[in-house]
Parts: sequence; C-alpha cells; structure tokens
Amino acid sequence: MKGGHEAPKEHGRFYHWLDRGLPVSEFMERHITGYPTPRSLNYLWNFGSLAGFFITLQIITGFFLMSQYRGDATTAFASMQQIMRDVDWGWMIRDLHAVGASFAFAVIYAHTIRGMWYGSYKEPRRLLWHIGLLILLATMLAGFTGYLLPWGQMSYWAAQVITDLFSAIPLIGTAIVEWIRGGFVVGNPTLTRMFAIHAVLVPLLLLILIVLHLSALHKHGSNNPTGVEVDKKSPQEVTPFHPLHTAKDAWFTLFTFLFFFAFVFFAPDFFSNPDNYTEANPLVTPSEIVPEWYFLPFFAILRAIPNKLLGVIAFATSIGIYFFLPMLDRVRTRRALSRPIYKWMLLVFMVDLYLLGWVAAYPPLGPYLLVARIATAYYFIFFLSLPFISRIERRMLGEEQDSAMGRHKVPT
Amino acid sequence: MDTRPSRRKAGLRVSETDPDNQNDPSRDEQDRNLLSRRDLLLGATLALSGIGAAAAALPLIDSWSPSAEIEAQRTTEIDLSKIAVGAQSVKTWQGRPLLVVRRTPEWIAKARASEGPLDPQKDSERVQRPEWLILVGVCTHLGCVPNFAPSNARLWLCPCHGSEFDFSGRVTKGPAPINLPVPPYRFESDTKVVVG
Repeated sequence: MKGGHEAPKEHGRFYHWLDRGLPVSEFMERHITGYPTPRSLNYLWNFGSLAGFFITLQIITGFFLMSQYRGDATTAFASMQQIMRDVDWGWMIRDLHAVGASFAFAVIYAHTIRGMWYGSYKEPRRLLWHIGLLILLATMLAGFTGYLLPWGQMSYWAAQVITDLFSAIPLIGTAIVEWIRGGFVVGNPTLTRMFAIHAVLVPLLLLILIVLHLSALHKHGSNNPTGVEVDKKSPQEVTPFHPLHTAKDAWFTLFTFLFFFAFVFFAPDFFSNPDNYTEANPLVTPSEIVPEWYFLPFFAILRAIPNKLLGVIAFATSIGIYFFLPMLDRVRTRRALSRPIYKWMLLVFMVDLYLLGWVAAYPPLGPYLLVARIATAYYFIFFLSLPFISRIERRMLGEEQDSAMGRHKVPT
Repeated sequence: MDTRPSRRKAGLRVSETDPDNQNDPSRDEQDRNLLSRRDLLLGATLALSGIGAAAAALPLIDSWSPSAEIEAQRTTEIDLSKIAVGAQSVKTWQGRPLLVVRRTPEWIAKARASEGPLDPQKDSERVQRPEWLILVGVCTHLGCVPNFAPSNARLWLCPCHGSEFDFSGRVTKGPAPINLPVPPYRFESDTKVVVG
C-alpha cells in the first residue's frame, strides 16, 4: 500500500496538498472507492451504516442537550421541562435524542439478528461479532444511564431496580450496590455519575469500538446472503463500496427517516412512559415499574425466575450468551435458509423475543407468567441445543459439503 | 522481542549494542539462558507500574463510595408521641423509607400467632417493644415501597409485584424472598427512638 497511491489528476490543489500530509487517497481507495463489496448484499445489510447514523445523531443531539441540561437531582427534572418548553428548538433536540435512542436499538437489534440469520458470526468474522456485541453492551449502558437523566419517576425506579440487582451477589452485594449508587438509595451521586458515564465514557467507548468493528469488517469484507465467500477479484461478484453502497445506504437512511420523523414530530412519546413526567420521588413507587421497550425481553427473563439470585444470573446470561454463539454453533454453512433445523429454530427464536417483550409489559401473574417461563426456557434451549443440532445438521448436509461451505478464499 | 541473532549477523560491535553481554563470546550457552538484566528490569518495571496503577486507581474507585454527607444520614431520630394506634408513619433513614407502625392489640396477637410461612421468624425477634414495629420499607424483591394496606391477613401490599407482608412485616406472599428487614434501633426514651 505504500507509495502506490497518488490523488487522481482531476482533484484540485488543496486535495493534493492534503494528500501529501495525510493518507487521504490511500484511505479512500482502500476503504471506499476500491473496497470490494459483494454485489449480492440485500437491504438487511443496510442496518450497519444506519446504526452508525443513529449513533452519530445521538452524539450531536446529546451535545446540544448537555448544553442545556443541569445534571443535579434538584435541577434535572426542571431543566428537562425547560428544554421541552423554553429552549428554542429544545423540544425537537430532545425528541430526536429520545426517539433516536429507540431507533438506534431497533437498528442494532435488526443488525444482530441479520448476523444470526446469515451466519455472519462465523470464521473469519468471529472477532467482528464479538466487537459488535461489545458495541451492543455499550449501547445498553448508554440506554440505562441516559434514562436516569430526566429524573422522572420511571427513571428513578428503573435505576433503583437495576442497581438493586447487584445486591443478589452473596456477601458483598450490598457494598457493591452502595458503591454504584454512591449512597444507600439512588440519589444525587447516582445521577451525576450516570451523567458522566452517559456523556463521556459511553461515547468514547463507542468511538473506539466502532473503529475496531469497521477495521475487523474491512479485514475480510462483508459476509453476503449466499453465505459463500466472494472472490474479491471478480467483478461479477464484487463491486466497489462507492458508488453502489454509498448510494444504497444513503437512500435507505432517507427511507428510514419516513418512520423516524413520523415518531419525532407526531408521536414523540410513543416509546416513553407517562410516569416519567412526574418528578422522581424516593418514597413513592409507581404502581408498575416497566423498563424501556428495548430491555423488555431481558426484563421478562429476570422476572420469570422466582429465585432472586438465579433470576439475576439468568438475566446476565441472556445478554452474555451471544458471545458464545460462534462456539456453540458448529455448522460451517452460514446462511440459515440452507440449514434444515436452525432456520426454524431461529424463526421461533425471533417470535420468542417478541413474546418475552410482550409479557414483560404485564405483571408476572397467571398466563403472562406461564408464557414468560416457556419463552425463557426456549430462549436458553435455542442456544444450548446448538451443539447437538449442529451435529445432526452436519450429518444432514453432508460433513464434507458443510466443511466446504465454510472454506473461503482470503486474499493474502 | 529477541533481536540478538540479527545483531550478531549484522556484525555490530558488542560494546555499543549489547549492554547485557549476551553476545560476549566468553559467556557460555548456559550463562546466556539465565534471566538477563534487561528481562529483570522489564519485569520489575511492569510489576511496579502495575502496583502503581492499582494504587492510583484506588482513590478514583473509592470516590464513588457514599460521601461524608451521605454517611451522616446513617442514623435517624423518631418522635413516637405523634403516631396514633393503628397508624403508620413513614420516615426516612439513609434515604430509604422507614415504616413505623403503632400496632393495635389485635395486630400484636396476630403477629405472635404465627412465624410467617416463607421466611419464619418469631415476632419477639422482630420488635423490641410489642407496640412498635419499625421496618425498612423497601420490598426485598426489587426495592419498591410496600403500600400500607391493612386487611385480615396483611399490613402491606407491594404495588410492584404483589408481595404481601403480615403484622410483623414478614413476607406471606412472594415474589419477595425474605421478610421486610428490621433496622438496628434503640429506645432513648418512651417517645424517642434512634434508628441506625
């Protein structure tokens, strides 16, 4: 890559000056104008760049919210009201940020499920999958810490319940909870540190992780719907990222705006809980504590198990288990459609996620509890049965044929 | 990284490039395999840096612990003279709700009649004076404040997930795993109690 790149002649003097000091043309050639991308990518591959868009939007709107927000338990709630009522365009910036968070989660979840459907977590992209999951965790940290900042009733009690989960740890649980809260209950010290995490730590983490995610992606290039590695030298199979995918990503982002701005301007509170328009009160618990929709499936798993410690362990495992997916799934064939059993299991898993999210919005009683328990059982059965399913599927697909599916031509 | 062979190949002079005398022909093979001075210095530097980094991290981590102002809330004084028989007064202790109930003779009798079904404990172990029941009002399930809702079988009903607590604050219906905790307290006089 060294020395071989010079800016094309048609660029102006400024570009040439810039290119002398920075590897601009080299970078553009390697990652954009010459980056080989499978021609067969379908629209499910657009969620990655869309996630990048929404995270960028959160950083921009977050900066302007932070310019007005006063992160203290005595002022936080009032400053949110001022942002919504008094600050010029404050309502729009806040609604963009709040609805943007929901969209970021939706897009990242879609991106993750796409990876599961097309086997994008398999070698040589295992590390790419792990870094992506770390991005998901950082996003969850952002969602949790950010939700406390408006200092409404639901903010407060969600934080109370989630921090209290650590008290399930034997012996040192209470000490850990007091350390996280900076007090005996969620209070001002909790608010200020969650603000620090939300506004400093999470964006930095996300920035680092996204650079790593893209570096890992560009090392081997995108997976594709066929699940067979493309020949990066063949113009029939690949095309440069620009112009096809830049244009496609741009159009898909604009298409998503239709839905995004419909919520921002016409139903900004659709995803939020009305209790959060009441200021936080440590002495009054809302009749029903419900997390934001993007945490509902995990919350359902927590509540489905009657024992507190086991419930917390199941809750943590339900998030952490995705890290083990590449080890649990031993089939080399990537796409689900080519796999006789996994495709049905994954489809049922998607329904299962929806069911979990649905029952979590109701008290854990009677039929809701029963559905929650069955859905929780399936959630873990899906992952834990994969090694056995893999063995059966490899036999059905033919071991040699399956191994050949995983073979790939990685340019040296 | 071991660059010694290449150095040897490059034919550089020992005195300038080989401070450890690794290439000194007078040293035998066994001698060269010993821990070199460079390795020792590197290991010691890393170990001390690690200890230093941990020592520097401690104050930062400890800064998250409850501050002196919050530590000052460890105890709360309660004036009992204003609480009527059969009523609950909610105070705060350590920022948590404190439920103070002046029990009726009927409630005392019911509290003593059983030990609670889920987390058995004698009423006498949960009160210092039978008339006064003092509890931390944080549901042992997920930290909600149980509502004072006396009926024939219970005094509290948790609004979050339906746990119920009896006349001694013992859990009678899940999902709360254990009884409402009794805070440490002492009677300063007949009308004054210090919690914490």
